[in-house]
Amino acid sequence: MRVTALFKRIVLQLVRDKRTLALLFLAPLLILTLMHLLFTSNEVPSSIGVIGGSFEIVERLEDQDFEVTVIEETTTLKKLVEEQDLDGILKIDGEKLQLTLENTDPSQTKMLQAKLQQVLSLTQDRTSIEMAYVYGNENTSFFDVLSPILVGFFVFFFVFLISGIGLLRERMTGTLERLLSTPIKRWEIVMGYLLGYGLFAVIQTIIVVLYAINVLDMVLKGSMWHVLLINLLIALVALSLGILLSSFATSEFQMIQFIPLVIIPQVFFTGIIPISGMPEWLQMFSNVMPISYGANALKSVMYKGQGLGDVQFDILALMGFAVVFIVLNIVALKKHRKI
Amino acid sequence: MSILQVSNVTKSYGKHSILSDVEFSAEEGQIVGLIGPSGSGKTTLIKLIVGMDVPTTGSVDMLGERVPNLGLLKKIGYMAQSDSLYHDLTGYENLTFFASMFLMSKREVKERIAYVTQLVQLESALKKRVSTYSGGMKRRLSLAIALIQNPQILILDEPTVGIDPELRKSIWTELVRLKVEEQKTILVTTHVMDEAEKCDVLTMIREGRVITTGSPQELKAIYDVTNLEDVFLKAGGEAHARHSSL
Repeated sequence: MRVTALFKRIVLQLVRDKRTLALLFLAPLLILTLMHLLFTSNEVPSSIGVIGGSFEIVERLEDQDFEVTVIEETTTLKKLVEEQDLDGILKIDGEKLQLTLENTDPSQTKMLQAKLQQVLSLTQDRTSIEMAYVYGNENTSFFDVLSPILVGFFVFFFVFLISGIGLLRERMTGTLERLLSTPIKRWEIVMGYLLGYGLFAVIQTIIVVLYAINVLDMVLKGSMWHVLLINLLIALVALSLGILLSSFATSEFQMIQFIPLVIIPQVFFTGIIPISGMPEWLQMFSNVMPISYGANALKSVMYKGQGLGDVQFDILALMGFAVVFIVLNIVALKKHRKI
Repeated sequence: MSILQVSNVTKSYGKHSILSDVEFSAEEGQIVGLIGPSGSGKTTLIKLIVGMDVPTTGSVDMLGERVPNLGLLKKIGYMAQSDSLYHDLTGYENLTFFASMFLMSKREVKERIAYVTQLVQLESALKKRVSTYSGGMKRRLSLAIALIQNPQILILDEPTVGIDPELRKSIWTELVRLKVEEQKTILVTTHVMDEAEKCDVLTMIREGRVITTGSPQELKAIYDVTNLEDVFLKAGGEAHARHSSL
């Protein structure tokens, strides 16, 4: 009863706070989209000139999305690349191939080179080479590997911040003290908070996951339900950690100060940087970072297509964190009322 | 038996002592005033009485039960010094929220809200958000919330601070009416002396110690002065001398 009243109140307050709602629901989408665009815009430069190639080779190149310009023989190839604004020129003289590349961006040049070699090996051997990938496919971009981690991270970050500030504001305005002067039990307050902010965490998780998969075309090999479940657990941990840490902050600004202390270090242990390459003592840290378990579970389900059975350890770890934080929250409220 | 009995209460945080050896009581149907300058420990004492905090030594008993006690909180209407209201909710929503903390039935909630809002004359503003309220309206809403569960004891921490004289008068008229008609016990802190005149019993506090106790008339007679301000100064001086000679 009291829990429901608290739940309803929090929902009502948040619904009226349109800007916080927008931050919760739209900011993750904005950042995800931005990262999607940044990491997938690795278009291979594709305008090349061909000298002396057969009609067949030109056709083959065009099939592979190359923008081919057939060029009559000239002596200064380098000059020609600049004049015609090409990414490179392929000179075919019988069996001898000569490639002149513009090379203003070495990484892009490498990609062009690789792609050309792929096309040429096909034409020369006249046998198609079948590519096999353990995970992902020929379209795999860095974003695909990163995205499961990002989804989990944004859910964690925004839920952490908003729930933490929610309880903090309640404390600063004196309403927490007022609330504690009623017969409400401490666990009822924690539960009310978990449910109230939990509802928004659920909505946020659904929006982020649906958007990432349907609009950004994120790789989802496993079940969508598993992704939602894992994200909900991440949100629960973030929620309970957020309200717990808020009792150590005396202002919104101090709450923000927890970001470099609590949030940023966790990013390093999500798997964006390979953990196995770290010194052993540093690897120990990842064991106490909730996000590392969440990110690992999400990566397994979304990218590798594994089921819940494969990530049960991560799920149990997340649940463990949530339970510990919730109990600590109930204890921490003792600071404000001894009973 | 007293409704409220504060016995030998001492409260200190670390080496810092806030209250020492505070003792006073309140009977049913009394308005008890806690008088003292800011920083004298009034608010700490109120928190110990409500049960938000526990005394370092000594005890607080209310209605025959030892504080802190969750069950007792239903019988206490508490109004804190600051307006502890949810500003993004309407007055009505604030009242319903606090009412539901006392597990009242829907009908009961409706009746009580109608009653307390008429009492503090807030009927017309109930549907407006608290953020649009004036300072006086917020205080009145706080008082209405303190009364929502029809508590036997009202504990009001500076209920009239920062409100205009007219409203202050009407709040005091209301407190007296609650005392006379509903036999409520009201504990009120203030540092305004003309409010102190309206209390049945006064307990004067300075630097965490009770300097004197009695009805306004008694105190004025004992110290042979005409106003309470002088009582405070005289009693305070004596207590200070007594304390420093120890």
